[in-house]
Amino acid sequence: MTRGLSVVRPGMLTTVQDLGRWGFQASGVPVAGPMDEYSHRLANRLVGNLPSAAALEITLIGPELLAHGEVTCAVAGATFELTVGGSSVPMHVPFTLHAGDRLKFGARRAGARAALAVKGGFDVPAVFGSRSTSLISAMGPFDGRALKAGDLLPIAPVTTIVSSGSASVASVPLPLPAGGATVRVIPGPQLSFFTPQAYDTLFTSRYLITPHSNRMGYRLAGPALQHAGRADILSDATPLGTLQVPASGQPILLMADRQTTGGYPKIGVVIGADLPLAGQLAPGDWIEFAPCTRQTAVEALRRRQQWLGGQR
Amino acid sequence: MGPFKIHSAGDAAVVVELPEAIDPEINAWCVALSRTLTTNLGTIARDVVIGYCSVTVFFDPIGVDAQWLEAEIAECAATTDVSTVIGGGAVEVPVCYGGDGGPDLADVAAFAGCSEAEAIALHASREYRVYLVGFVPGFAYMAEVDPRIAAPRRSSPRTSVPAGSVAIAGGQTGVYPSVTPGGWNIIGRTPLKPFDAARAEPFLFKPGDRVRFRRLDECECGRA
Repeated sequence: MTRGLSVVRPGMLTTVQDLGRWGFQASGVPVAGPMDEYSHRLANRLVGNLPSAAALEITLIGPELLAHGEVTCAVAGATFELTVGGSSVPMHVPFTLHAGDRLKFGARRAGARAALAVKGGFDVPAVFGSRSTSLISAMGPFDGRALKAGDLLPIAPVTTIVSSGSASVASVPLPLPAGGATVRVIPGPQLSFFTPQAYDTLFTSRYLITPHSNRMGYRLAGPALQHAGRADILSDATPLGTLQVPASGQPILLMADRQTTGGYPKIGVVIGADLPLAGQLAPGDWIEFAPCTRQTAVEALRRRQQWLGGQR
Repeated sequence: MGPFKIHSAGDAAVVVELPEAIDPEINAWCVALSRTLTTNLGTIARDVVIGYCSVTVFFDPIGVDAQWLEAEIAECAATTDVSTVIGGGAVEVPVCYGGDGGPDLADVAAFAGCSEAEAIALHASREYRVYLVGFVPGFAYMAEVDPRIAAPRRSSPRTSVPAGSVAIAGGQTGVYPSVTPGGWNIIGRTPLKPFDAARAEPFLFKPGDRVRFRRLDECECGRA
């Protein structure tokens, strides 16, 4: 490997992700992709990559990485103390590693997940057109598993320059949750499967993210959401951010590695603009929900796009 | 054919729903609509996913106006004609029923109040329709199983079901493509791989396919 990063210590759960594996959900293939797509896009933008470049998603405890050759990096998302050879480097600003430099992720101060992008993107094999890792399906680079010590992450030669003055881009880091977050939800599609009280409860209660939560989804604990009748539907597709409610009344928030179909009624779906915030939550955090229309949801997404400097 | 309804599912997906039922004609309509949408929308649809009685279109809400998309979908749906659907392919699944590969066959037979041989015959004598593919890559939901052997999901799912396991849950039957947790009743094992990433056609089943299970004898199962 002439240029790239090697894994000295992998951290708790570090995976390669791009914008997800689209086009195969009809065959049961999960989309995967980053839990916080905003920070993934931001990190890529800071190093001058297209948003689709493969980056690392880092979870709770970060890795130690060794540079082979010169590597320009940027980290966005959860606030980590970053050091290179003992000197600290800032988040949300590109920095360059020289051959032999070790980038260490130290203490985490806020949020749960960070994106590490390298200029050129990681040149690892694509599976079904994507470099995202679906742990549940074992699909993706490194046989669809999390990174281990000794893994090599080559970097593609830089052929696509999006912006040379990436440090001058006014990009806004994602505001991070402090103990929890409120996310907006578009009610439905199984509106008739829930009582009006269920919606009142959903929008006025606080839920806890239980330890049974991971990239597939968050199991929430809190006031039960009441079904109008039965608690199952004939299986259909489950978009990212779906809040599905089994018979127990305890909702499950479906996240990046969710299965493509499900048989529980869906009380609502978290809006795209708030999914990155949801992706920054960890077990022990609280989550609350607020109703939202699709129109407001799209406006919020457009504002987020402006924060990224308009790149899509 | 009942009326269809179009709902948003969040801001990045739209669902077309038909009356809820496991019904070949309803599902065939969904298959027809799915094909029309895939052709007409092209890259505007990031994915089109069929359910038992639904079709979900995924899109990028920044690049695509949702109301425009719903109008396009409604127009396609209004003109969808089941008779235009060319039937799915026929797939035969060889099965070693019972033994170590079918630990729940006895339970299914007990549920039916018949012998294991009769339960096998009831499973292998029908042609099943693939309604949707989901849960894991390549897992096809097939129906309808003979009510006599339509044993419900197990109360405690297994943490690990071997790949190739042939199973029943209520009116549904299917083949586990990979090692996963599973709560269905495992009645046998097939050497076929519903999903093989290296194969030219990686996925063995798609909605609309007609599936038959063929019992392998003791010799073929390597038990003789």
